[in-house]
Amino acid sequence: MKHPANALALRRSAQWERLGLLGLVAPALLLITLTMLLPVGWLFYLSVLSDAGDWSLEHYRRMWEQPSYGRTFLATFEVSALTTAICILMGYPLAYFLSEIPKRAANLCMIAVLLPLWTSLLVRTYAWLVLLQRRGLINSWGIELGLWDEPLALVHNLAGTLIGMVHVMLPFLVLPLYSAMRAIDRNYLRAAANLGASPLRSFWLVFFPLAMPGLATGALIVFILCLGFYVTPAVLGGGKVIMVSSRIASDIEIFFNWGAASALGVVLLALTAALIVAASRLVRIDGVVGRHEAP
Amino acid sequence: MLRNSSFPITIEQISKRYGRVFALDHVDLHIKSGEFLTLLGPSGSGKTTLLTVLAGFTRPDSGSLKFGDTEMVCVAPHKRDVGMVFQNYALFPHMSVGANVGFPLKLRGVPTREITDRCERALEMVRLGGYAARGVETLSGGQRQRVALARAMVFEPRIMLMDEPLSALDKQLREHMQIELRQLHDKLGMTTVYVTHDQREALTMSDRIAVINAGRIMQLDTPRAIYERPRNRFVAEFIGESSFLQVQVAGGRVRLGNQTLRTAGAAPSDGPMLLMLRPERLRVLGAQDADQAQDATLNLLEATLVATVYQGDSSLMQLALPDGSTLSVRGPSGATAAATQALPGARLQLALKVEDTVLIAAEGAA
Repeated sequence: MKHPANALALRRSAQWERLGLLGLVAPALLLITLTMLLPVGWLFYLSVLSDAGDWSLEHYRRMWEQPSYGRTFLATFEVSALTTAICILMGYPLAYFLSEIPKRAANLCMIAVLLPLWTSLLVRTYAWLVLLQRRGLINSWGIELGLWDEPLALVHNLAGTLIGMVHVMLPFLVLPLYSAMRAIDRNYLRAAANLGASPLRSFWLVFFPLAMPGLATGALIVFILCLGFYVTPAVLGGGKVIMVSSRIASDIEIFFNWGAASALGVVLLALTAALIVAASRLVRIDGVVGRHEAP
Repeated sequence: MLRNSSFPITIEQISKRYGRVFALDHVDLHIKSGEFLTLLGPSGSGKTTLLTVLAGFTRPDSGSLKFGDTEMVCVAPHKRDVGMVFQNYALFPHMSVGANVGFPLKLRGVPTREITDRCERALEMVRLGGYAARGVETLSGGQRQRVALARAMVFEPRIMLMDEPLSALDKQLREHMQIELRQLHDKLGMTTVYVTHDQREALTMSDRIAVINAGRIMQLDTPRAIYERPRNRFVAEFIGESSFLQVQVAGGRVRLGNQTLRTAGAAPSDGPMLLMLRPERLRVLGAQDADQAQDATLNLLEATLVATVYQGDSSLMQLALPDGSTLSVRGPSGATAAATQALPGARLQLALKVEDTVLIAAEGAA
């Protein structure tokens, strides 16, 4: 034998181990291929067929030529950005508070934060409709308490859409942000104070940058989920907030134009992907659940 | 950096309770200007709590803390102007080495160019010149320790606090850094309070050691006095190895069994006491030492050898006295020693110098 003792057997056992690991991901891989890759491929294929069934870029051309499509994309980005901004404004202090209180209390509060996720999206959206409409709970209470005289237009417009979307999206921002904040060693803040930083400066110079990856992750998740959001804008926007997703739905339901709908989907997908790449260049993005660093 | 003027620290009646437990139990401590004082104690003794009270991270329940003549107990940590080296260094991971060291200067509004100069000088002082642009993550443990030190002293604080700064380093590096830290202290002259649970570290570095247990200072003394003349059993047990024998004091005479011991200094008051024996201060007498049996500077003990343990640089012998109490003796381990080594069961005569015949109070705190 030229080989040193057991070299072949050892190499083979290492290969088996790797094969075994591959076996573990195989079911998930199969599922993703069947439910994600194939349909997306099919979508792409449909988008480059003309209504007559020939190869054509007419759907993309139409999207480029008709200004209403551009407006739809703009509105989608606008609503998404606004939702993300409001989520940050509301979620940052919340996550900070949660990260400062004892862990057990924080876990209890976390359940409250996550509770909305356990109810059906449709139920939550229609519940908002009930609360926000002209004769809804909020308007009738507000008038009874003398806070305002005329019923406020809280739904079937941008305001209603934002209220509903922020409600749905907030946990997606708070979760990664909270876990990033929890992971910050409080000794950094002590060190900053010891070196002469007032609480405000130690927040801006130390805490904020250290929590940034969590904030970026949360904001990105919220923004991307908003881009493709359908139910809530459709119900609470009352036709006044047209997002790409509504446009896709109407293309299929009303015009029965699969090609146009697919082209919209492909463009949205490409824009989202570009956004993720750009964002990850800009700041470090954590995993969805949190950072996993050696101490 | 020149020798700073430094502050004395005065701690009076500082108390801190967590629930029913005193982390600090009415502590009084005066630290002299420019002194290197070590707080030494087991974990949970309150030594770190005392340090965080000095830094301002822990609010005591009551008491007074003065730097110089200024009352500091209510002053926020960022206004205290004390340097601190943290146990895990707490270097900001999102900043370079230079930004870390420059951080306190930036906060004090020092011009950018001066920051660069002073950072470089501080880094050179810890022998890390040219490392300013490096990321913190790229440094080894020892290097991080030095950066933390540079950051703590770059703004020339008059008081330096260190919370087990060497505990994360391996033994060789730790011993090297002990000497380096002490030299740095002698050069800069800031009042230094150093926390450790490592007795050898405390003995090596300190001007004085405060041994702390259960939130109280058990003894405050020079390293030599702490080791040679511990005031109570806790200090004697915590620092160094020791065996204890019950003795009776009556009429100025110290009786061990039916033997009278010679002691140095004034005889203690009557009652039961403990004789503290350091293993390396006991010597086994051989046949050639017969003349020493009458030496007035020695106390002689008879004991039976139980076992001998080889420990490399020395051998540790376990012996039993006639009354059944046990003690240890440290002896040489070399080849010649091995040849003359007694076997278990042998009766040996032990010599203890009078000045090493240390009596301590029989129970608890003195």
